[in-house]
Amino acid sequence: MKHVSDRPHAGLSRRSFLLASAAAGGGFLIGVSFDPASAKEAAQQAFIPNAFIRIETDGTIILTMPYVEMGQGTYTSVPMLIAEELEVGLDAVQLEHAPANDGLYAHPIMGAQETDGSLSMRAAWEPMRQAGAAARMMLVAAAAIRWGVDAAECHADRGFVVHGKSARRIGYGDLAADAATMPVPKQVVLKDPSSYKLIGTPQKRLDAPQKVAATAQYGIDVSLPGMKIAAVIASPVLGGQVSSVDDSATRKIAGVRDVIRIHDAVAVIADHWAAAKKGLDALVVTWDGGPNAQFSTTQHMANLENGAERDGVVAVQKGDVAGVFSRAERRLEADYRLPILAHAPMEPLNCTAHIHDGRCDVWLGTQAATRAQKAAAAAAGLPLDRVEIHNQYLGGSFGRRAEADNVTQAVLIARQVDYPVKVIWSREEDTQHDFYRPAYFNRLKASLDTEGHITSWFHRVVGPSPLARWLPVAVQNGLDPDAVTSATGPYELSDIHVDYVRHEDHSFQSGFWRGVGTTHNVFIVEGFVDELAALSGKDPLEFRRAHVKNNPRALAVLDKAAEESGWGTPLPEGTGRGISLLQDFGGTILVHIAEATVDKAGAVRVSKVTSVVDCGKIINPDTVKAQIQGGAIFGLSATLYGEITFTDGRVDQGNFDTYAAVRMDEAPRVTVHLIDSGDKPFGVGESGTSGIGPAVANAVYAATGKRVRQLPITPELLKS
Amino acid sequence: MSDGQKPISFSVNGKPVSTEDAGDTPLLWFIRDNVGLTGTKFGCGIGMCGACTVHVGGRALRSCITPISAVDGGEVTTIEGLSSNASHPVQKAWSEVQVPQCGYCQSGQIMQAVTLLSDFPEPTDEIIDSVMAGNLCRCMTYPRIRAAIKRAVTIAQEMQAHG
Repeated sequence: MKHVSDRPHAGLSRRSFLLASAAAGGGFLIGVSFDPASAKEAAQQAFIPNAFIRIETDGTIILTMPYVEMGQGTYTSVPMLIAEELEVGLDAVQLEHAPANDGLYAHPIMGAQETDGSLSMRAAWEPMRQAGAAARMMLVAAAAIRWGVDAAECHADRGFVVHGKSARRIGYGDLAADAATMPVPKQVVLKDPSSYKLIGTPQKRLDAPQKVAATAQYGIDVSLPGMKIAAVIASPVLGGQVSSVDDSATRKIAGVRDVIRIHDAVAVIADHWAAAKKGLDALVVTWDGGPNAQFSTTQHMANLENGAERDGVVAVQKGDVAGVFSRAERRLEADYRLPILAHAPMEPLNCTAHIHDGRCDVWLGTQAATRAQKAAAAAAGLPLDRVEIHNQYLGGSFGRRAEADNVTQAVLIARQVDYPVKVIWSREEDTQHDFYRPAYFNRLKASLDTEGHITSWFHRVVGPSPLARWLPVAVQNGLDPDAVTSATGPYELSDIHVDYVRHEDHSFQSGFWRGVGTTHNVFIVEGFVDELAALSGKDPLEFRRAHVKNNPRALAVLDKAAEESGWGTPLPEGTGRGISLLQDFGGTILVHIAEATVDKAGAVRVSKVTSVVDCGKIINPDTVKAQIQGGAIFGLSATLYGEITFTDGRVDQGNFDTYAAVRMDEAPRVTVHLIDSGDKPFGVGESGTSGIGPAVANAVYAATGKRVRQLPITPELLKS
Repeated sequence: MSDGQKPISFSVNGKPVSTEDAGDTPLLWFIRDNVGLTGTKFGCGIGMCGACTVHVGGRALRSCITPISAVDGGEVTTIEGLSSNASHPVQKAWSEVQVPQCGYCQSGQIMQAVTLLSDFPEPTDEIIDSVMAGNLCRCMTYPRIRAAIKRAVTIAQEMQAHG
């Protein structure tokens, strides 16, 4: 059976339209529009910057990137698609961050200009190749006319159109103006995959030189004439308000310029951030805590557990789960819990805003430029077309920079001053005002037949719904598809019941965190499947194999992982091997096999991870490997350390001393093996994170016999 | 304000700077906001992530917890002063191994790795792990940082051999 649900609404793909026109200065624009209405409009209006590709008369090729770069490698993988079809080297393509404009740059699946959900390559694969190929065909057509030869006798080669018979060649720059007048081909001919020069080969990241020289500009690096810098403190309790501010000590600090109060925060603006922060520390602020001042995670977790007593909205109902379960001799019930998590990107949240001449300019690194634009417009009291978002590199994000609370705050502060202001959050502010990956409580029940095969599967998910806030239209009849994604794993099951109980305490903001629903459910499903394997007396890998018999891709990934990891070979006392299998992100299949050692004090050390991934068509294998390696260790941080708790409405954690992450000396060796399959790519960026928690938990079981049904895996948990 | 005390003076990448800013101003913010060099990054403000690592007198230091008064008369080197065109063996190795993802912490990682290699020209995994453990990377590029440090050893030897 296919897993319960895919991404929120992966079916909503829209038709794409190719457009081409002349560019200012004699160049050539070509691009893709996804919206029929705006395509028609754009065609009538002499083609406005919808173009993804601009070929200038000097041969420069510029790609306006609708997807952002936060480490995942899109600034290399997407240009690879265009360069491949355009027959140019990857280094010939220059990039520009796209401005905010849903009409021009909306993600075809998400419906807005977003970079999230491991969806960029799935969205870019067809249209970017189409645009590159159409541009190539138009350049060839232009050259053929100029030479008076048949276009079929010409071909494109490294930035030139070549006429083989006469050994003539013209550069793309010289052809750009003519190419713009060629009709857009009705039938775009894409290259045969066997002739790919770039796609599927390891390519160096286009952003690496800037990042190694440290010249890449992130939001926090923005500098403007006359700009001042702000430190800020927002209400420590969600929904709280500023009651009083005593800034007498603050205003005596050298360099401090202004103290700005908004409804739920106070900012100190200074010549540099050090003075601003010193001024902030000297402020005396009292808060009205509001309705959440009593909130605690202890109560929240109890509320979620109580939620499991209610019937949820049914996601999957097949067969007679209750009947099969009640008659079964071998059955298992288990409750699993996951904690609240913060994103903690290395670059603390920041936003620079300037309100001037009836306009609002905003600088930041954002995953969702138009969401940032809307937030700025609302806060500035200006129409959207008076707000410009200047997007920057993102110093990590993992879902955090999809939100725009920092934009609202910075613009509200900027409204009160007449200069550009860069608002930088402290690490503590960042940790304590996140849109957190929510906590979940999951209840599972399953039965086995005498052969050790699963005969019934009940899975109830209880938790908040970030998606209901983010994209209400995706939550139909109360069912959050993200909350139940991967709720049955990739397993071939007969009698299934999956339901979702939405529970919100509205006392903290919930959002998307790398891997979204998959990271949540894969931990639970893969832990529970491991428990069922133990109950059946079968090897955990063989047990999984037996439940994906009709899924040759999953079998191939499992077999490769068994071979590469030395599955079944003996390990020292106190060390165990654990496995996880997932299929999600449109079709990516990934197996992690982790080796973990538990010492006498209960400390877990993961020394080795073997990962096998089949993500469909591989674009840049080096990026895929980097994402799986990094993603796995990112997930390991959450597995061993990640937990946000609230007491009296306030987050208990602050800096990296209390919200820890894996360090170099704890980082396992992660060996990634790739299987290239199929003719289109599936999601990668989040997949490595999703399966590592259960692989480690299952390794801890193999090492100690102790089942792990909640995270993080602390020494206290293992002793309990 | 320095309250009439004499200005604090030191060099940044070989250029002399002098300031009457408060002596407790963290070097990080002086470098970023006053000198205008933004390759050195803010991550935590408590010396726990290493994104702000610079060299003072050739030693790696967390600039977010180093007051400018402590470097009076000293020589500060930031990532911008490490090499021209990212040509330092460690930077070359970082490019070859393709370490950066989001890239934000990498200047601190590189600055730390440079002093690691001057102290231990051929470091073992254990030495790399213990010296680099103070530099956090949330993209978790650690496996490649390890590989790049080892590659830098070879690049440095080759560069030396070719003069």
